[in-house]
Amino acid sequence: MNRHTLTVASLCGLLLMLVFISYAVDVRVFTRIATTLCINVVMVVGLQSFMGNTGILSFAHIGFMGVGAYTSALLTIPAQMRGMALPDLYPFMEGLSASPILAIFLGGIVAAVVAAAVSYPLMRLSDAAAVITSFALLVVLHTVMLHWSEVTNGPRTLFGLPAITSLPLTAIVAAGAIAVALMFKESRLGILARATRDDETAARAMGINTPRVRWLAFILSALLAGIGGGLWGHFVGSFSPKAFYLKETFVILGMLVIGGPGTITGAVLGVFIVTAAFESLRTLEVVLNSAQIFSGQVVGFTEIVLAFSMIAVLALRPGGLVPTREIGDAIVGLIRKRKG
Amino acid sequence: MTELIQFVIDVLALGGAYALMALGLVIVYGILKLVNFAYGELIMVAGYTLFLMDGTGLPWLVMAAVAVLMSIFFGVATDYVAFRPVRAKSVTAVLITSFAFSTILQNAALLFISPRARNIPLPDVFSTTVTIGGAVTPLRNLLTIAATIVMLTLFTWLMRRSILGIAMRAAATNFTMARMLGVPANLIISSAFAISGLLAGVVSLFWLGRIGSVVPGIGLEPLLVAFIATVIGGMRSVPGAVLGGFLLALIDTSLNHILPQDLLKFRDAFTFSFVILILLWKPDGLIKGPASGQRT
Repeated sequence: MNRHTLTVASLCGLLLMLVFISYAVDVRVFTRIATTLCINVVMVVGLQSFMGNTGILSFAHIGFMGVGAYTSALLTIPAQMRGMALPDLYPFMEGLSASPILAIFLGGIVAAVVAAAVSYPLMRLSDAAAVITSFALLVVLHTVMLHWSEVTNGPRTLFGLPAITSLPLTAIVAAGAIAVALMFKESRLGILARATRDDETAARAMGINTPRVRWLAFILSALLAGIGGGLWGHFVGSFSPKAFYLKETFVILGMLVIGGPGTITGAVLGVFIVTAAFESLRTLEVVLNSAQIFSGQVVGFTEIVLAFSMIAVLALRPGGLVPTREIGDAIVGLIRKRKG
Repeated sequence: MTELIQFVIDVLALGGAYALMALGLVIVYGILKLVNFAYGELIMVAGYTLFLMDGTGLPWLVMAAVAVLMSIFFGVATDYVAFRPVRAKSVTAVLITSFAFSTILQNAALLFISPRARNIPLPDVFSTTVTIGGAVTPLRNLLTIAATIVMLTLFTWLMRRSILGIAMRAAATNFTMARMLGVPANLIISSAFAISGLLAGVVSLFWLGRIGSVVPGIGLEPLLVAFIATVIGGMRSVPGAVLGGFLLALIDTSLNHILPQDLLKFRDAFTFSFVILILLWKPDGLIKGPASGQRT
């Protein structure tokens, strides 16, 4: 088994373990957390394939998650509920429908197409300007979702998505996302992208078309984000544009940064660690609220702790917990050491 | 004619506020080549300071001064919490730590004050209107324009004439060389954050004066405005930031007049698409700043 298969196998093993534990424990809350975790794996691995390879921070990721979720919703809300869920829908869209699984993937494709259409000029920018424009792109996507009532039901909650997302389905998609991201990372394109990340001038001098390489990575990342969004939509069943904005961006970014944006192992590990920390802190928040130690409701405490741990990780270990070596590489290295 | 006067006053007042916001961002970026995502929260801090002082019976100008001081204080705090520990590392690291610091401030406001909007005390001049050449305009707008002129003059004087300003410009052009010649790095950087806080504090009075209340998320819109203005104007150039601010105000105000009612809600989307077009044409922004050396 070569080291890449080993990486994919180990990370999928981790997911498989999660599925087994949640079936063994069989508590509803735990299954919910595990499902959300798998969706976040899709999201974070998607972000990794752009951010890790090109070194550009992207804020727009959650926006594409929204595009995926809304596309999937549009295709799957049952015909008899459409009148209520989307009262202003364009007549020509009324007949559209697809099976939920197909709709989730179509959601990913629509997100990728949107990304391909809007992002090419942005890929010419580097450093701070690139980050700022991706932030602006998030705001544009959010504004559109918030006000395009015909398709998104505006700022109101959109409901009626069939809840078909189950833990095994999300685990399978997450495993697929991990494999795709690793394939991309080790492909020629991935290596070119990392060359532009490490030294843009040198990469350009060697004839790498920087904007194009970044653009393709961005499209892949949007595809995964869209799929993640569709999965999430069919998991919660109803959502509003608020679900795809800064708070979620912060969580996804936190997972990737703490785990290590350079590696897929880091991305997956980050999701596990942050989810564990988040859920325990949230439980603490609930306990504090029910004990009524503070006068009002305790809100936002979890985010504060996450923010401080992000700063701490970046100050102490700038590359995240797993900065450069994938788990497969580490295992192969260990075996070699023992043999030699 | 009346409409024209109205339009010009609107653009100048809005543009002034935008330009000052952008300036506060550029002064830090110029020296450190790093973007401060927690910049918008300085406005929130000033707003909550005003809210907390409501009912103390102090004259409004004293309250305003304290609010600006708090904004300066938190500006410098941003440097210590989010920038200093990771300054020498990657650009991405600082973007993320300042984003994290902004989340900390926002959630602290949620946790300790309230998620709901809080009214802030405002003087009467903010709600009076005046008539100029037939155009009725809030006095607030004229005050904003006046404040912009004062601040820009002060800023120009500071950068051109004072020793601190000269040292800061030297640091912005070639940081390593400036340090070798005895410019104290940390002092310069902290002063840049303090000036950035001062600008944000002054803008916040007018920004909040328009809205009348403060919520934890209030910093997002001004932050975005400052971002876009600096990107259009050129990230490293101080005149670029001012130009970008006024240009953005011109685009915004024109869209307000041109767009039909049902498209007006998409105004932000139109503005940012326009910005993307400008960047297609000039990826470095309209005005190129001084050639810059390495980051610290």
